[in-house]
Amino acid sequence: MLNRQGRKTRPEAGSEDNNNMTGETHSGHKGLQMDEPLLFEIGSPAKTGVDLPDAPTVDDKLGGLARDEEIGLYGLSEPEAVRHFVRLSQKNYAIDSGFYPLGSCTMKHNPRLNEKMARLAGFGDIHPLQPLSSVPGALKLMEELSDWLLKLTGMASIALSPKAGAHGELCGMMAIKAALDAAGSPRDVVLVPESAHGTNPATAALLGFKVRSVPADKDGTVRVDAVRAAMKAEGGGDVAAIMLTNPNTCGLFEREIKEIADLIHGSGGYFYCDGANFNAIVGRVRPGDLGIDAMHLNLHKTFSTPHGGGGPGSGPVVLSDRLAAFAPVPFLRRDGDTLTLVEETDGTQSFGRLTAFHGQMGMYVRALTYILSHGIDGLNAASGDAVLNANYIRAKLKDVLNQPFGDQASMHEVLFDESSLSGTGVTTLDLAKALIDEGFHPMTIYFPLVVKGAMLIEPTESESIETIDQFIDVMRSLISEAHEGQEDKFHAAPIHTPRRRLDETGAARKPILRWNAEN
Amino acid sequence: MSTTYYSRSHEYVKVADGIATIGITTYAQSQLGDIVFVELPETRRGFKRGDEAAVVESVKAASEVYAPLTGETTEANESLIDNPALANEDPEGDGWFFKMSLDNEGELKDLMDAETYQTFVKETS
Repeated sequence: MLNRQGRKTRPEAGSEDNNNMTGETHSGHKGLQMDEPLLFEIGSPAKTGVDLPDAPTVDDKLGGLARDEEIGLYGLSEPEAVRHFVRLSQKNYAIDSGFYPLGSCTMKHNPRLNEKMARLAGFGDIHPLQPLSSVPGALKLMEELSDWLLKLTGMASIALSPKAGAHGELCGMMAIKAALDAAGSPRDVVLVPESAHGTNPATAALLGFKVRSVPADKDGTVRVDAVRAAMKAEGGGDVAAIMLTNPNTCGLFEREIKEIADLIHGSGGYFYCDGANFNAIVGRVRPGDLGIDAMHLNLHKTFSTPHGGGGPGSGPVVLSDRLAAFAPVPFLRRDGDTLTLVEETDGTQSFGRLTAFHGQMGMYVRALTYILSHGIDGLNAASGDAVLNANYIRAKLKDVLNQPFGDQASMHEVLFDESSLSGTGVTTLDLAKALIDEGFHPMTIYFPLVVKGAMLIEPTESESIETIDQFIDVMRSLISEAHEGQEDKFHAAPIHTPRRRLDETGAARKPILRWNAEN
Repeated sequence: MSTTYYSRSHEYVKVADGIATIGITTYAQSQLGDIVFVELPETRRGFKRGDEAAVVESVKAASEVYAPLTGETTEANESLIDNPALANEDPEGDGWFFKMSLDNEGELKDLMDAETYQTFVKETS
């Protein structure tokens, strides 16, 4: 095995240095990666890292309820505390540490310029309860971000406050519900394709809609005929909306989206689009031109603000003319030179309030920085590169992995299934675990559910061809090993991680959710 | 003597003395993997054929179990709640889900027998 510089990555098989390659050690530490215990296992109530004076004696007024036992909080010395948390942080895999091809999740690079801007005192040190007159710059930034997002999507209005994708879905569907209620419409069915993100039917159900599934065609996309059939089911006339993702979760562009929109509109329903995959089409397709009424934008995916443990999500929703009036408070209103946030619903048709304040200011700053530093040409190039990278992986792996919907170009992510591994004893899960040993975060697996043993790979535009080539080489090597009968290696993987394969079944059947002294 | 029937959504139906015992097939549990949670219907609840009657959750996915017949539940397998692994270990025995009355015996002829089901599984997998 050779690394990218052509140097050997381990001794020759069978040589003396290559004995005892089990990966097990006496200490449980591996290399300089520590096997990190819980605080409770290394600390003690007797230890402390701070030296506080004794509390003054006071007469308690607890009427005999005062604690008469030691509280038993675990303490650590400062160096122990520092090491514990630094070591844990080193185990945290992030887009800053390596390739993260998680499909439908857009783990793109978070530019450092975004961070610099978000830390400017005028943005970083302000408080939501500070008088509006003291933060005109922040309001101006929100207006400019809104303006860009509306131009990129070709929509009429925006609600900035939702905190993440699913929250954005809820916001968009609440606007649709408010519009239906205002019109006195009894429609109560939402159409959702089989390949949808699980949050789509969950959102619809949460709002009291009935969910009706729409099957996909052989090529993995939703056809207008299937939508028409679903609309006519159970008498027809009851469809409030359709929720569609475009590109869909199979990484394919829904080519009949315009016809589907016309059909839904013609019958008096609304069109919600899940914007999770907007990164494939930014600067190239405007959702407003496709007939979409509401769509969330994941600033934390498409617009490079950190997510997945690295930062909060932010899911603004863009709305069509038909829904604009129902947007939640607070929203921005410009009066000549003055910008204000409208906080009350009085005198509006707003469906109400979703969040205490106006949303994730820090993410707005990062997203606008990303947009301005790229410009429209840069955004256009980014979505093009995201699609190119996914298709490069597709072309380089399609002879060893099956494409469930045939050999067709994908968008920003490529979907394979496990059928070409059948008979090897190696499953999608095993392949994913083996990838971890090779230093790659696995792709999304077993999603979308419509494909058996799905592997959904999204490289994003951030990755260099060298990284992508290395990923492809590793995937091809692993797949060859699977076909050579090295099933045991896959079932044992991962072996180089701080913990080996976890007992997912045991964790789900008998979850232990907190530490206690008896365990 | 009981007779076993199979549905296209991978439930089995064992009929004995006018009562149908329903669970998921051996093939279904093998596709789901380790089952970690089962939600069963209340007893004396009426179902139309094709209604969602129970939920089964594995480490891979959550799926609905559909009532393969029209009828009313007479009993649910409480031991499955505490030990969902039964549905993996003995799906067509101790791992049954619920029992129901047979309101329309004619519906049985729309289900498959064991041999037809095996062929169906081979064709779809």
